[in-house]
Amino acid sequence: MSVIGAAAVAVQVGGVVAGAPLLCGLMRQVRARLEGRAGAGVGQPWRDLRKLLRKEAVTSLGTGPAFRAAPVLLVATTAVVAALVPLASTATVVSGSSDLIVVVALLALGTVTLALAGLDSGTAFGGMGASREMTLAALVEPTILVSVFALSLPTGSTNLPAIVSGALSDPDRLVSPAGLLATAALAVAVLAETGRLPVDNPSTHLELTMVHEAMVLEYAGPDLALVELGAQMRLTVLLGLLASLFAPWGIATTASAGALAIGLAVCAGKVALLGAVLAAAEVFWAKLRLFRVPELLAGSFLLSLLAVTASYFLSGA
Amino acid sequence: MSAAGGTLTAGVGAAGLAAGVAALGGGHWSADLPWLLPLGGVRLEVDALSGLFMAVAGAVVLAVAMYAAGYGRASRTASWVLPGFGAVLVLVPAAGSVSTFLLLWELMAIGSLVLVLGEHRQRRAVREAGVWYAVLTQLGFVALLGGLALFAALAGGQTFPELRAAAGELGPTWRGTVFALLAVAFTSKAGIAPLHAWLPRAYTESPDPVSALMSATMVNLGVYGIIRFGLDLLGGGSPWWWLVLMGTGGVSAVYGILHAAMASDLKRLLAYSSSENMGLVLVGVGAGGLFAADGDRRLAGLALAAALLHLVNHSAFKGLLFCAAGSVVRATGVRDLDMLGGLRARMPVTAALFAVGALGAVALPPGNGFAGEWLLLQSLIHGLAVPGMATAVVLPLAVAVIALSAGLSAAVFVKAFGVGFFARPRGEAAAGAEESPPAVLAGMGLLALACAALALFPGELGPALDRVVIVAGAEPAVGGGAGVRLRTVSGGLAPLWIALALTLAALATATLVRLVARRPRRTGAKLWDCGGGAPTARMTYTATSFAEPLQRVFQHVLAPEQDVSVTPVREFAYLEERVRFRHRVPDRIEHRLYRPVLAALAAAGRSARRLATGSIHLYLGYGFFGLVSLLLVLAVGW
Repeated sequence: MSVIGAAAVAVQVGGVVAGAPLLCGLMRQVRARLEGRAGAGVGQPWRDLRKLLRKEAVTSLGTGPAFRAAPVLLVATTAVVAALVPLASTATVVSGSSDLIVVVALLALGTVTLALAGLDSGTAFGGMGASREMTLAALVEPTILVSVFALSLPTGSTNLPAIVSGALSDPDRLVSPAGLLATAALAVAVLAETGRLPVDNPSTHLELTMVHEAMVLEYAGPDLALVELGAQMRLTVLLGLLASLFAPWGIATTASAGALAIGLAVCAGKVALLGAVLAAAEVFWAKLRLFRVPELLAGSFLLSLLAVTASYFLSGA
Repeated sequence: MSAAGGTLTAGVGAAGLAAGVAALGGGHWSADLPWLLPLGGVRLEVDALSGLFMAVAGAVVLAVAMYAAGYGRASRTASWVLPGFGAVLVLVPAAGSVSTFLLLWELMAIGSLVLVLGEHRQRRAVREAGVWYAVLTQLGFVALLGGLALFAALAGGQTFPELRAAAGELGPTWRGTVFALLAVAFTSKAGIAPLHAWLPRAYTESPDPVSALMSATMVNLGVYGIIRFGLDLLGGGSPWWWLVLMGTGGVSAVYGILHAAMASDLKRLLAYSSSENMGLVLVGVGAGGLFAADGDRRLAGLALAAALLHLVNHSAFKGLLFCAAGSVVRATGVRDLDMLGGLRARMPVTAALFAVGALGAVALPPGNGFAGEWLLLQSLIHGLAVPGMATAVVLPLAVAVIALSAGLSAAVFVKAFGVGFFARPRGEAAAGAEESPPAVLAGMGLLALACAALALFPGELGPALDRVVIVAGAEPAVGGGAGVRLRTVSGGLAPLWIALALTLAALATATLVRLVARRPRRTGAKLWDCGGGAPTARMTYTATSFAEPLQRVFQHVLAPEQDVSVTPVREFAYLEERVRFRHRVPDRIEHRLYRPVLAALAAAGRSARRLATGSIHLYLGYGFFGLVSLLLVLAVGW
């Protein structure tokens, strides 16, 4: 039990670290093809990371420990989240402490460290990015936690493996109004948390429109590699979390090697599919003006609130 | 501060801590001292609920005494009032009768007022803050006096056991009246909106050790009062009491943190954040009361334990943050974040300690604020099991309020820490800062240790919290152990393991990067800034600019005021001599609620002036007519 459980954690973390650049490459490739370009290939982000890691580490003068530690902390928080979230298996050694609120808080911790690094650089762009990122993060938080509320109602617990296995044994709750509303709300929140269109444009080159990229403008070499890897891992983990919550089929519920292998393969497939859909959708979306984003987030908050009330009133309580 | 005063204060704190811990361990004692005062005498009674507040107050008094001794600069009055104020803070929760409670409460108000006014000779704003504080505190005291006198008269006795015994037989209207009066008094002491107007002023203008002491201990006593009188002595009540409390708590949480997000004065920011945290505690207490009123004592225990855990955490991190802010003010003489910056290299220990406090305040793991908010969210989420339309509407909104205030507090403390301590100094005051003396750092270190212990082993408080919620009439909900285990609902939190996992992951990442990298040596380079080259310190982001997006998002709530006046050079419309830009975010509740009342009072005073023209004949006439009308009333009435 515990050997396979520990292996499941290692597989999840390893899978996220190895798969995140591939997912990013896949999404760029899908986008390139839809726009009529050839694209650089799925492996390009990995090649970029390798190149950056081999470069000299450069520290900007006038920055401090926060600037240097932030990339490592960003990757570390995301790795811990990858270990906690049931991506491939619900029967891991850490499934007892895999709490949805803890996961949300750890992701927020990563955001905070990066925002502090942006301020530590002492440049106008760093401060601007940090300010915008924290504003958006603050506005996303209510949506996420109220969706957590809606999701934990049928199970009576915020424990993630319990929620996922509960949905597996009772798939009706996924297509109930509450489940669908919570899915929609959480999907918008994930877009905002990972800095995708229409909230933020990850491939922008115009500094004045940047949110996430503005914070990390001063990074170079291995530090930049970690920042990029961290962002890619966040996207992978959050898409995986969405997949596990709203389409949990295929995930390993027992601690056997076969189930774990199937779970990993199915999870990779689901995340790749979600990523491809997101990339295809992004071709047709434009980035929202920064001060229109709160409207989008308010809408998603309303959806999550409706999810809670729907699950309360429709369950006949 | 004199050495004798410091030692005395530290002794008071240590005694309070010891007594509180003994009471939390299950001790219970009471003392009747009828000879000590005329009329009611003095009665002290200590149970687990008192013990928790005594222990928190004692610990903070101890740490702040050490800090104040190193801080110096206190007036002679302050160094003799401080031990007495510390003693009163420890003793208020031990009061066992109405007269004792009122006496200690008023002593606390007067003592804190004297301390707030400590620097009145240096700054005018201190006097104004003192007036606001005195008026609001005394109004609260009037409400408290009315409520408790009514309660004691209805109960026919004034000791707490007598009140407890008689509360069940009172009519719901009387109980509601008593509770409403007490709630006004206690929420004003806890700095809950709309009665918070004194808090940002008093905390900002009082000497730094005093702000730390007040923010970490005195506001707690408002919550103590609500739990002691509302839940214990009145024995709970109808759900509307608690819904109103939850509502004001929620409003206060969001309003407080929004103003903290707008503030660029470091101490004002921390003060508004106190208003937010007390709001969250009140949401928890309100939820506890609501569940208890609906008969679910297990969930009530969970919500109350969450509120109390958050209160203890808030005391630890807010005391630390105010002390660290004081250390900054001591070194630079500046509270304005827009003038600070670059302190992490000049005051490394203060910066590190501020970081510990800020990590607690943002309620993210591995900080100490997380466990309390996690527990609070758990209690609200499970609270939907309590039937009723009110819970179905209120609880999701409460979760949203907690989430929004947690998200905003992350922005607030990123601003406070990132702008105040990082990058480069924005002024000469910050550039010439030096680290504070060891005694100051030691006082802060004690509070930081408390933060770390609470962050990693919150479960150790579990048994104590269980004893406290039993006093408040609820069932114990939190088990012991290193992590937090819920007894009545499924769920658990292991902060120690989260912290270990984070450390391990960070170490592994750093090691892997080092193994893969070809050139492990770091080199320094000029800031790039998109090719702009290293910007000057004036070009960096300030606290005001950091808050700008949030201000635009919430402009309908905050109603910022902006004023541009352009003075052209005479006869040249296009050549400007001077452009003046003024921008501020006023406290809207204060403007809309207090200013009209103050203006009406002033107008009434002015119009009453017409009655007193200075003529003796007129005054004699008033006396004559007054006497005659009184006699007429008596003659007609009887």
